[in-house]
Amino acid sequence: MEVGILAYGGYIPQSRLQRSEIAKAHSWFNPGLNGLAKGERAMANWDEDSVTMAVEAARDCLADSDRNDVSAVYMASTSFPFMDRQNAGIVADALNLNSSLQTLDFASSQRAGSAGLATALQVAKGGSGPILFTAAEKRQTKAASPLEFTSGDGAAAFLVGQGKVIARLLGSHTEAVDFVDHFRGEGEAYDYNWEERWIRDEGYLKIVPSAISALLSETGVKAEDVTTFCFPVAARGVAGMLAKKLGIPESSVADNLQANCGETGTAHSMVMLSHALENSKPGDKILVASFGQGSDALLFEVTEEIKSLSPRKGVSGYLARRYAETNYNKFLAFHDLVNLERGIRAETDKKTGLTTLYRNKGMTQAMIGGQCSQCGTAQFPKSNMCVNENCGAIGTQEDYPFAERISKVNSFTADRLTYSPDPPAYYGMIQFEEGGRLMSDFTDISPETDIKVGMPMRMMFRVKDYDNKRGFRRYFWKATPADASNKGE
Amino acid sequence: MAAGIKDKVAILGMGCSRFGERWNDNAEDLMIEAYVEALADAGIEKSSIDAAWFGTGIEEEHVGKSAVPLSMALRLPNIPVTRVENYCASGSEAFRGAVYAVASGACDIALALGVEKLKDTGYGGLPQRNRGSVNDLFWANASAPGSFAQLASAYSAKHGVNKDDMKRAMAHISVKSHDNGSKNPKAHLRNKINEDKVMNAPMIAEPLGLFDCCGVSDGSACAIVTTPEIAKSLGKSDLITVKAMQLAASNGREAQHNSWDGSHFVTTRAAANRAYKEAGITKPRDQISLFEVHDCFSITEFVTMEDLFISEEGNAVNDIMDGFYDADGKIPCQIDGGLKCFGHPIGASGLRMIYEMYLQMQGRAGDRQRKEEPVVGMTHNLGGFPHQNVCSITIVGKEGA
Repeated sequence: MEVGILAYGGYIPQSRLQRSEIAKAHSWFNPGLNGLAKGERAMANWDEDSVTMAVEAARDCLADSDRNDVSAVYMASTSFPFMDRQNAGIVADALNLNSSLQTLDFASSQRAGSAGLATALQVAKGGSGPILFTAAEKRQTKAASPLEFTSGDGAAAFLVGQGKVIARLLGSHTEAVDFVDHFRGEGEAYDYNWEERWIRDEGYLKIVPSAISALLSETGVKAEDVTTFCFPVAARGVAGMLAKKLGIPESSVADNLQANCGETGTAHSMVMLSHALENSKPGDKILVASFGQGSDALLFEVTEEIKSLSPRKGVSGYLARRYAETNYNKFLAFHDLVNLERGIRAETDKKTGLTTLYRNKGMTQAMIGGQCSQCGTAQFPKSNMCVNENCGAIGTQEDYPFAERISKVNSFTADRLTYSPDPPAYYGMIQFEEGGRLMSDFTDISPETDIKVGMPMRMMFRVKDYDNKRGFRRYFWKATPADASNKGE
Repeated sequence: MAAGIKDKVAILGMGCSRFGERWNDNAEDLMIEAYVEALADAGIEKSSIDAAWFGTGIEEEHVGKSAVPLSMALRLPNIPVTRVENYCASGSEAFRGAVYAVASGACDIALALGVEKLKDTGYGGLPQRNRGSVNDLFWANASAPGSFAQLASAYSAKHGVNKDDMKRAMAHISVKSHDNGSKNPKAHLRNKINEDKVMNAPMIAEPLGLFDCCGVSDGSACAIVTTPEIAKSLGKSDLITVKAMQLAASNGREAQHNSWDGSHFVTTRAAANRAYKEAGITKPRDQISLFEVHDCFSITEFVTMEDLFISEEGNAVNDIMDGFYDADGKIPCQIDGGLKCFGHPIGASGLRMIYEMYLQMQGRAGDRQRKEEPVVGMTHNLGGFPHQNVCSITIVGKEGA
C-alpha cells in the first residue's frame, strides 16, 4: 500500500524583523555582519514558542480533515519549551484530539524534522491511521551572531498515511555521520559553531550527496527528473552547488526563504517541503534533504489528489500575513537578551497549580466550552449551570469547542497599565457568532491594526503566562483579527 | 418585595480620615482617625457598640485577613466583628451589615468601618495581583482601567456618539470633580485641572488618559448607626436615615451570554430599580438631590448617570456638558471630589461617600456646602469589571423625606 502525505500546513509568525536593523545595532562590533543585512527574518511574538507554532501549522494542515482519525502526533524541534513533558502531547491537546494516540518528540538535531517525517511515513506504512507530524523552531541566538540574522521562526505540519495521498513517498535514505559543525550542550542556551567553509566543503557537499545519490539509485529516479529540490541551509548557493554536483536542474532548486523568513532550524526542510507542495502539480517529484550529523533525503511524487485538497493558508499565506518590525530592541526584549526594567508589576507570581490545570485542561488547552442540551445556549467556560437566565438548567452542558470558531469584537482597549511583555496589552470582549463570549487577550495586534467593534476575530493558541521562577508556562487561546488584510506593511 | 429598611435606621455619627499618600501611617492609624471622629460625633461610649463590620478589599497589602485587625485596632470589647469583602463595594457592604443588624433588632448600635492602604506597592495604580487559581488560567490580562475603558468603545458603537464628544464629556467629569475636590481638606488631589489637560494626558488604557482615572490613596471612613428612636433618646434631632440599600451581583450574563452589549452596567440598573422602589422614589431626576457615584474612571461616572435613570440612555453627553452634575447644577455628582480626588482606598470609599451625604444634609460641608441642603442623596459603588461586578446602592435622606 502506498504511503505519503495526505495534507500539509504551515505557519510563519507575523512579525518580520528587518535585518538591516540588527546590523545597525551590531556592525560597530562586527562590520562583517553588514553582509547579512538584507531582507527580513520571521520573529515569533513573545507569546509564541515551538509548541504554539506547531499548533498553528497543524490547524492549517488539518483544515477539513477528520481529527478523530489521527492515530499519532509527532513533533520535531530543537527548541522545545519542555525538556520533560511531551511537547507533541501539548500539540495534540490543543487540537482537541482524543487520548487514544501515540505522541512522540523528535529532538537534538537539525535533522530532527526530516527524520521525524521519515519515521512517521515508515510507521504509517505499517497500517496505522493518519499521523500528524509537526516541526517547529524558535531558535535562541546570541546577539550579533550570524545565526541571529539567518534564522527565522516557523513551523510546518503534515498529515501522513495511506489512502488519498497528495504526494506519495518514493523513498527515503539516511546517512548518519557524527560531523559536529555546531552543538549545544546540556544546560546551554546557545549553539557553538565551527567554521562555515569547512562545514560547506566537508559537510554539505560531501555528506548530502551520498544520501541523495543513494536515494536516487534506490528509487530509480534520475536527478534531472527532480522537479523541486528543497535543501534548507541558509548559506548562499549551497543548494545550487549540490544540484549541480548531483545533476539536478538548476531551475528545480527551491527558494530557501532566506529573503523573507530565515532558516527555521530543524523545521526548515519541512517548511520548504510544505511551501513546495503549495504550487506543485501531479507528477512533480519533490526531493527534500536535510543536514545535521548526517543527512536525510526523501523523495515524493505529487499525485492527482493535490487538486482536490481544500485551500489553506500555508507557508505563503502566513508569509503574506506580515508586519515589518523595525524595532530590534523588541527582539532583544522578547528573547531576554537585554536586562529590561519590567517594573514591579511584572513580579506577580504566575504559579500554576498542576491539579488546577489538569482539571481545567479542556477549557484552557483545547478551549472547550459548554452547550446546554436543553436550551442550546453556548457558553465559555463550561459550567454545571446554564448561563441563560431563562434556562439555568443544571447538568446539561455538553462539550462545545470554541477554538475554530469566529467571533466579533464587542469592546476593546489598549492597556498600558497592566504588565505585558509587549505593551500596550490589547484585550476585549469577543462574541462568537453561534453563541458564547469571552473577555479575551488579543495577540498579533500590529501598530497598523485598526481594531473596531464588530471586527471578526479568530482564536490562536498562545502562551498565557511564563512562570520564570519554576520554568513553567501555561497556554491559552487569544483572539487575533481573522482577516489578514487588516495588517499593514 | 419586602417592606425594606426605609427610615428604620439612622446615622448616629460618622468619621473620615484624610485621604492621601499616608506614607507614615499604618491602616490601624487611619482606622483610629476615622473612628475617633465618628465616636465623638455620635456622642457615645465604645461600650455602647453592640457589633461591628469591617470592610477592606486587598487585605494582603495591609492588615491581613479577618475582622481581628479592626477589633484589635479599636480595642473593641470582644463584641461580634465581621470582615466583609465585595470588591469596591466593601465599604458599603460593611455599612449594610451594620444597618441590617440594627434594622433587625439584633443590635441597638452598630459600627461600620472601612480602610485600605494602597500605597505600599512601590508603584502607582492598584496592586497587580492574581485573580484565583482557575481564573488565572483564562482571564484576560486586564487592569481596572482597561476593563472600564471598554465601556467607551461599546457605548460609542451602540449610540453612535463620536469618540471626541465622549472624550470631551469624560474630561468635563474629571474637571468638575477636581473643582469640587479643591475645596475639600480631606481630599487627596486638590488641584484644579482643565479639559485640555485631561484630553492631552498620557494614555493609560484607550481611551482613558491619566486624568480619566481616579487617584490611588490610603484612607478610612466610619459610620455608627442606630434606630431613630435611640438616636433621639441620645439627644439627636434632624436625623439622617437610611432609605434604601441594595446590592446586585453579576450572574455571568455579561461575561458569558450574548445578551449584554457592553455599553452599560446590568447590575447598576437592577440595584437602582430596587433602591428607588425601597425608598419610594418614582422620579429620581426630580427627587434625588445629590449623588456620590463610583467614579473610578470618568467613563464609569458617564455611563452610570444613565444606569441610575437620571440621564436618558444615549444622552449623558448633553447633561454632562450642560453642567447638570456640576456643584452648582441641578443634581451635583461628586460634590466632595469623588474617587477622582479622594482616590479609592477600596474598603473606605463607600463609607466616604455616605459621610459626604451626611455632612451636606446637616449643612456641615464647609466651603463646598450646597446652598440648598440636600434632602435625599444616593451613593453608588461598582466593584469588579463591567462584565462581572457587584453594584451597591445606598439612599440616605432627612428623616421624613
